[in-house]
Amino acid sequence: MDRLLHYYFNLDYMAKSFPALLGGLGVTVEIAAWTIVGGLTLGLSLALLRAFRFAPLNVLIVCFVDVFRAIPPLVVIFLFYFALPYAGVNLDPFWCATLTLILNLAAVSEEIFWAGIVSVHPGQWEAGRSTGLPFGLTLLFVILPQAVRLVIPPLTNKTISITKMTALASVVAVPELLNQASTEQGIYANPTPLMLAALMFLALFLPLVLASRWVERRFGWER
Amino acid sequence: MGFDEFARAFLNYDSLVVAAPLLMQGALVSLLLIVSIVPAALALGVVVAVAYDLGGPWRRRAIIVYIDFLRAFPPLVLLILIYSCLPFLGIRLSEFATVVVALVANGSAFFGEIVRAGIESVGRGQREAARSTGIGQVGTMVFVVLPQALRNVVPPLASNMVELAKATSFAAVVAMPDLLRNARTAQDIVYNPTPLMAAAVIYLAVFWPAVRLLSRLEQRMVLARR
Repeated sequence: MDRLLHYYFNLDYMAKSFPALLGGLGVTVEIAAWTIVGGLTLGLSLALLRAFRFAPLNVLIVCFVDVFRAIPPLVVIFLFYFALPYAGVNLDPFWCATLTLILNLAAVSEEIFWAGIVSVHPGQWEAGRSTGLPFGLTLLFVILPQAVRLVIPPLTNKTISITKMTALASVVAVPELLNQASTEQGIYANPTPLMLAALMFLALFLPLVLASRWVERRFGWER
Repeated sequence: MGFDEFARAFLNYDSLVVAAPLLMQGALVSLLLIVSIVPAALALGVVVAVAYDLGGPWRRRAIIVYIDFLRAFPPLVLLILIYSCLPFLGIRLSEFATVVVALVANGSAFFGEIVRAGIESVGRGQREAARSTGIGQVGTMVFVVLPQALRNVVPPLASNMVELAKATSFAAVVAMPDLLRNARTAQDIVYNPTPLMAAAVIYLAVFWPAVRLLSRLEQRMVLARR
């Protein structure tokens, strides 16, 4: 038992590594915030553009969505980090990871928003247009609010699961929480910093998971 | 940069020939990971969901804690945690086993939650009917409730299977020679990103059909909700 405490919950190492881990947590939150704001905005914009049903544009949007849904995000991060420099583009590691997650969430959320938009009853379109609203305003003020309501549960779930991928940034040496914890573990040759980081991840994401439970009850699929 | 220069870096045939054996071996390892992890996680998820359904209040609470904690942990964090912490306890797992344990645990929580919702969506009358014909509690679950429950949650189950299969690329982080890792190794041999591009194309070729199918399934689910 003493050995267990010494290795995994060593208070001395915990105190020493705490500042570095807190800094890492800050970077994690920063990546997460960019991902959610950027990803959802881009996803929603693409879904709205797609509603204009301009064929050449829609083919591009569908290709973008499918590619980023099909290729694992870690592969995309590697492409940005290890392959783009050969094309003369040098992205900062932070942006390699953050951009990957933004594009990933944009692709996934576009698909969900779009599913919502086409699920709204066609009668709603006709009603909106017949009151004299132009196409764009019907889309924004009649269709979109109903569409978003329909897709809130899958949207929340996917947003959370993609936000959790912030830890992938550690692979390209972004000093976020997991990366800092590994570094600290290396310094003290003791896994306590990792355990502390695990607790911090829990503190960050457990409330989100619980919130998604609430959202599912509140806006749940009708059975 | 002209097209020639771009092609020489990203679409280099000679490099592809050099990298091909490594990529093939890596793809095989990735495939092996996928077929070991996805079915096991699904099976464990079903067990978790059934245990929840047949359990008393305390067991149910414990299972919800299991599900929510594992859903809150980013899979990569879980993987690194198992990879770096177990050796201090004197437990040595192979890299392959470490990846399987981490991703099966992660996947089982998601599958467990989905199947649990599926079981709840089956009407009480189905159980009562089955029980009144004399089928036991377990028989009712296996032959009456589960088939209907699983049918009701096919879209989220399929979506999570694809996510879990994609997550096997995390194995590269703990030095497993999977497709992604071997592509990186090959890049260090040929000094251009062609192997990495090839790996991305292989992932795309494998997962694109799955993603198309998912879009249809999900669309139908939203429509049904209208």
